[in-house]
Amino acid sequence: MATIKFGSAEWIQALHNELNASQAYEDAAKNWEGDFYFVVEPDGALTETVYLYMDLWHGKSREAKLVTDPKEKNPAFVMSGKYGKWKLVTQAKLDPIQALMTGQLKLKGNMTMVMKNVKAAQEIIRACTRIETEFEM
Amino acid sequence: MWFFNSPQVVFGEGALAYLAQIHGARAYIITDAQMVELGFVELVTEQLAQANIQARVFDQVEPEPSLDTVRRGAALLREYEPDWVVGLGGGSPMDAAKAIWALYECPDLQPDCINPLEYLGLGKKARLIEIATTSGTGSEVTWATVLSDPAENRKLGLGSRETLATIAIVDPVFALKMPPRLTADTGLDALTHAIEGYTSSWHNDFSDGMCLKAVDLVFKFLPKAYADGSDIEAREKMHNAAAIAGLGFINSLAALAHAMGHSFGGAFHIPHGRAVSLFLPYTMEFAANGGNQRYADLARFIGLNGNDDAQLTRQFIAAVRDLQTGLQSHTNVASLNIARDDFTRAMPTLLDHAENDTSITANSRVPGRAELEKVFWYAYEGKPVDF
Repeated sequence: MATIKFGSAEWIQALHNELNASQAYEDAAKNWEGDFYFVVEPDGALTETVYLYMDLWHGKSREAKLVTDPKEKNPAFVMSGKYGKWKLVTQAKLDPIQALMTGQLKLKGNMTMVMKNVKAAQEIIRACTRIETEFEM
Repeated sequence: MWFFNSPQVVFGEGALAYLAQIHGARAYIITDAQMVELGFVELVTEQLAQANIQARVFDQVEPEPSLDTVRRGAALLREYEPDWVVGLGGGSPMDAAKAIWALYECPDLQPDCINPLEYLGLGKKARLIEIATTSGTGSEVTWATVLSDPAENRKLGLGSRETLATIAIVDPVFALKMPPRLTADTGLDALTHAIEGYTSSWHNDFSDGMCLKAVDLVFKFLPKAYADGSDIEAREKMHNAAAIAGLGFINSLAALAHAMGHSFGGAFHIPHGRAVSLFLPYTMEFAANGGNQRYADLARFIGLNGNDDAQLTRQFIAAVRDLQTGLQSHTNVASLNIARDDFTRAMPTLLDHAENDTSITANSRVPGRAELEKVFWYAYEGKPVDF
C-alpha cells in the first residue's frame, strides 16, 4: 500500500474514509456533534501551519479537507499541537489523552462534550494508525 | 512528559491540630449532615478558631453529589467570600468541595466542565484543605472529582490538576467511628486505586512506589480495622494507605474497574468503593489475560510465592478475592439483588458510560464493546474471566 504524507489533503481524506468504514467509531461517536480543526504547527521539517478540517456528526465524517485559510471555517473544536507531537499520537506512541493533559496537544471547545465522549477520541486515533502514513522527519 | 502532583500531606494522630497554624480570615466547610452529628465539624471549627478563622458550614452534600448541589454550594461561597475552602468527609464531600471551590473561583464554569485539559485559573480567591474521615477514597490528595448527573443517571469522572488541595489532613481520629461495612467498602476502594494505579498503562516510576506500599498496607491492616474498629494502629495505617493509594493512582490513572464501577454505581446507586472493588478481580483477569504481568510484582511485594509470573498473578487475584470474602463483601453483581432482567435492560447504558469513562483509557487492555459486555456478565455471575 502506498504511503500518504501526514497533513496532506489525501491524508485527511483517508482518515475520513477510515472513520466512515469503522463500525467501532460509529458506535463510539453516535452522540458526537461538532466539527474540528486539527492544527499541525511548524516543527522541524514542517515550516507552515497546516489546518485539517473534519465535520464529525453522529458517528460519521460528513466532510474532510485540507484548509489553506483558517478563516474558511469556524469549527466547534480546535485541537492543535506541534508536528512532532501529532506524529507520535498518530503512530500510537503518545496517548492523545495524556498529550492533552500535559499540554503537548491543546483543545478548545465544549469540554463537557469531550469528557463524555472519550471513546470516540480513541477510535479516531485507532483510525489514524490504520493509515499508512509518511512523515517528514 | 508527565507530572507528579501532591498536596502538603499532614498525617498521623493529631494532624488536625495543624489547622490552628494556618493563616486566613474566613473558611467555608463543605460537608454532610452526618459530619455535624458526629461532632467532626466542631472539631474542625475549634481548630480554625484558634487560628482566628471564622467558619461557615455547608452540610448538604449528599452521597454522589449532584451538579446542582455543587452550584448551590458555590453560590453560598460567593456571598461569604472565604479564603479557605475545607472539604470534610468521605469522597462525596471532598469531591464536592473541589468542584464548589472551582465554581467559586470561576463563576462562569459549569461543574460538568471541570476538566484536566484547560487552565481554569484557580487559587486567586481561596485555597483548599481536604480532611478525610474515611479510609479509602484518597480524594484528599487527588484532583479527581466524581459528580452525578441525575438527569442522565450517570456519574461523571471529572477533575483538573488545579483542584488539588493545598493541604490534606490525614488524621486517623476520624476513621475510628467508621462501621465495619464502610470500613470494608472504603478499604477495598483504596486497594482498587493502588492495584489499578500500578497496572494501568500510565504507570510510572513516581507512582509505582506509592501503589506498592498501599497494596501492602491494605492486605496487612484492612482485615484488622474491619475486625476491630478501635485498633488505632490499623486505623492509622489504613488512613495512610488510602492517601498513599490516592497519590499512586492519581499520578498514573485508575483503569477498567473504575470505568465499570462508575457506570454501574451510577445506574444502580451502589457506593463507589463497593462498585469499583466488585469489578476489580474480573478486570485484573481481563488485563492479565491480555499480557499484563505487573500483578506478579504486586504478588511478590506482599510475600506470595510462585514459580512464574502467571502463577503469581493467579495467586494475587485469588488473594484479592479472599480478602473480599473475608470482609463479607459482594463479589458478584447478582449478590446485590440486581435482577438479571434489570441488568440486561441497563446494559446499553452501562456500556456507553463505561466506554466513555476517562479511566478506561489507561487500562492496559482496552476492551471492545463486546468484550466489555462479557466482563459485565462474568461479574454478574461471578465467573472468573477466561478470555
